[in-house]
Amino acid sequence: MSPETMTLFSPRVAARFDALVLKYPVKRSALVPMLLYAQDEVGYLSDAVIAEVAARIGITQLDVRNVATYYSMLRFKPAGKYNVQVCTNISCMLRGGYDVYERFQEELGIGHKGVTADGVFSLEEVECIGACCWAPAIQVNYDFHDELSPDHVPGILAGYRGKAIAEGTDKHA
Amino acid sequence: MPRLVSHPDEVKIVTSRFGKGAANIDRYLELGGYEATKKCLAQGPEWIINEMKASNLRGRGGAGFPTGLKWSFVPKQNPKPKYVLVNGDESEPGTCKDHLIFLHDPHAVIEGTIIAGLAIGAKLGFIYLRGEYRYLLDIMDKAVADAYAKGFLGKNIFGSDIEFQIITQTGAGAYEVGEESALMESLEGKRGVPRIKPPFPAVVGLYGGPTVINNAETIASVPHVIEMGAAAYAAAGSERNGGTRLFSISGHVERPGVYELPMGYNLKKMIYEVGGGIRGGRKLKAVVPGGSSTPVLLPEEIENLGMDFDQVGKAGSMLGSGGVVVIDDQTCIVEFALRTISFYAHESCGWCIPCREGTDWLKKSLTRFHAGFGVAKDIDNIQYLAENMLGRTFCPLGDAAAMPTLGFVKKFRKEFEDHLNGKPCPFAKHVELAVI
Repeated sequence: MSPETMTLFSPRVAARFDALVLKYPVKRSALVPMLLYAQDEVGYLSDAVIAEVAARIGITQLDVRNVATYYSMLRFKPAGKYNVQVCTNISCMLRGGYDVYERFQEELGIGHKGVTADGVFSLEEVECIGACCWAPAIQVNYDFHDELSPDHVPGILAGYRGKAIAEGTDKHA
Repeated sequence: MPRLVSHPDEVKIVTSRFGKGAANIDRYLELGGYEATKKCLAQGPEWIINEMKASNLRGRGGAGFPTGLKWSFVPKQNPKPKYVLVNGDESEPGTCKDHLIFLHDPHAVIEGTIIAGLAIGAKLGFIYLRGEYRYLLDIMDKAVADAYAKGFLGKNIFGSDIEFQIITQTGAGAYEVGEESALMESLEGKRGVPRIKPPFPAVVGLYGGPTVINNAETIASVPHVIEMGAAAYAAAGSERNGGTRLFSISGHVERPGVYELPMGYNLKKMIYEVGGGIRGGRKLKAVVPGGSSTPVLLPEEIENLGMDFDQVGKAGSMLGSGGVVVIDDQTCIVEFALRTISFYAHESCGWCIPCREGTDWLKKSLTRFHAGFGVAKDIDNIQYLAENMLGRTFCPLGDAAAMPTLGFVKKFRKEFEDHLNGKPCPFAKHVELAVI
C-alpha cells in the first residue's frame, strides 16, 4: 500500500505532506517539519506514524527514528491534550520560573513529563523558549503565556480545561 | 503577547517598524518597505557587498563576523547552486530579539534574504525558525505568501529576469541546531550534529553548495543598511561595530525588554537607566552580557564597558547574542552556574566527547556541590574539566558550556567555598539532591 492511498493523516495534513516532499531540493529535507506536523495531529510519533513518514520520504524507519530521537520537541508517547511547558532556564529562574513550575506540579498532581489521568494535561520543565524578557514564561502546546506568577496558574489551567470540556474530550466532564 | 518597551536612548533602526502593523505587506510598503530590494536590483551584487562591508555590520548571532566579508567569500562561479540560510533558531538563553523581529517585521527578514541572495547569486533562501516559534512561522508564512502574490518572490522578482524563492520551516527543539553547520544538517533532514570546518559553508554548505548563513537580526538589518546608506549605518555604532543592536535585557531589572541601542552603549547605563535598575532596590551582583554562554562580569567590570564585540572581548567576555542577564545580590551563583550547565548538558548533541562528557560531569559536580556535598577539590576539578573542554570540539557548544563555568568559578570562588562542608546555601530555594 502506498502512503497516497492509505494514510494516518487527515486529508489536509496528507495534502500538506504531499506538497512538502516536493518543496525542497532534496526530499529528505522535509523530514523534521513532517515529523512535527505529524505529531501535532496524532499526538506523538507512533510506530505507524514513523512507518508512514519513512515511506513518504523514502528512507528506512530506523533512519527516521535516528533523526527523531535527536529533537527534544518530538515524543514517542502520548502527551496530554494540552502540554504545559514551563521554562526554568536562567532568565525565567531569576524571576520565579521554579515557583511557577512547582505550582503547576501542585495543581496538576504530576511531575516532569507526567500526564494527568484524564489525559487533558501533561507537564514538562523545558529549556529556554525565547521569551526571556517576558519571564517567567511557559508554552501550552504552541501558545505562549508570559510575565507569570504562581497565582496565574489556576486561571491558565481553568481556561484550557474549559476548552477541553467544550471540545468534549474531558472524560470526567 | 510579548510586551514592547521603549527608552529615549534607543536608536530605532531594526525596530523602527515594530508595533506598526508591518507584518501586513501593504502597511510594510507604506512604511517604505521593499525599496531597499529595488535599489539592490538596480545596483547589482558588487555594489551590495561593498555597501555591506562599509556598513561594518557584524553577525548578530554571536560571533560578530563582518557580514560583507562573509558574503564576499562565496565563489562567483560555482557548479552547484548557492543558498541563503537565515538562522532564526534563536535558542541562547537570555535572548529573545528574533522573536520580536519575526512577530513585528517579517518582511524585513524576507527583504534581507532576497538582498543576500542577489549579492551572492543564489536563487533559493531558507528561513529556519526554532520549533517553539510556531506562531511566528505562521506569521512568516503569511508574509512570504504575500510577497509571492506581489511578485517580490518567484521566477521574475519585481519584473526582472532574476529568480528568488524562499522556503520557511521550523526545527523541533535543539539548541545545537543554532550552530551553522548543525543547522544545515537539520535542514537536510538529519540529526543536528556539527560538521568539521573547513570547508566553510561559503564554499561547501547546504546540499554541498556555497551557502551564506546569517542570523535573523543580521538579515533584518540588511534592508536598513541599504536604505540609510552604509556610512550612516556605520556611524550609528562604534568603531568597527556598525549600527545598532537589539539587546534582550532580562533577569533582575525593573524594566526587562528588548531595546535597540547603538553598538558600544555603556553596559552600566543599560542596566540602570534603560533597564530601570535592579528590581526591588537591590544591588547588582553580576551580569551575563551576551547570552548564557558568555562569561559573567562583576559590577566593577562594567563601569566603562561599551557593548560592542571588541570592548566586551577585551573585558574577558563576549557580546554574543546580546542577551544581557542581570543578577541581583540575593542570587546564589552556584545555583545559577548549575542551571546554566544543566542547559548545556541537555543540549550537547553528543557528537564530540569533551562536550558530551564534560557538560555531564560539570552538571554532576555542580549538583553535588550545590547540595552541600562538595569537597574543596571539586572547585579545582570543575575548573580543570572546563579548561579541558575549551577548543576541543567541532562546534562552539563545548566552549559555550566551559567559558561561563570558568567565569563563575574564578570570579565567585569564595561563594563556591561557602557551600563546602554541608553548609546551607544562603540564597537558594531549589536545592536538588545529588544523585550520582
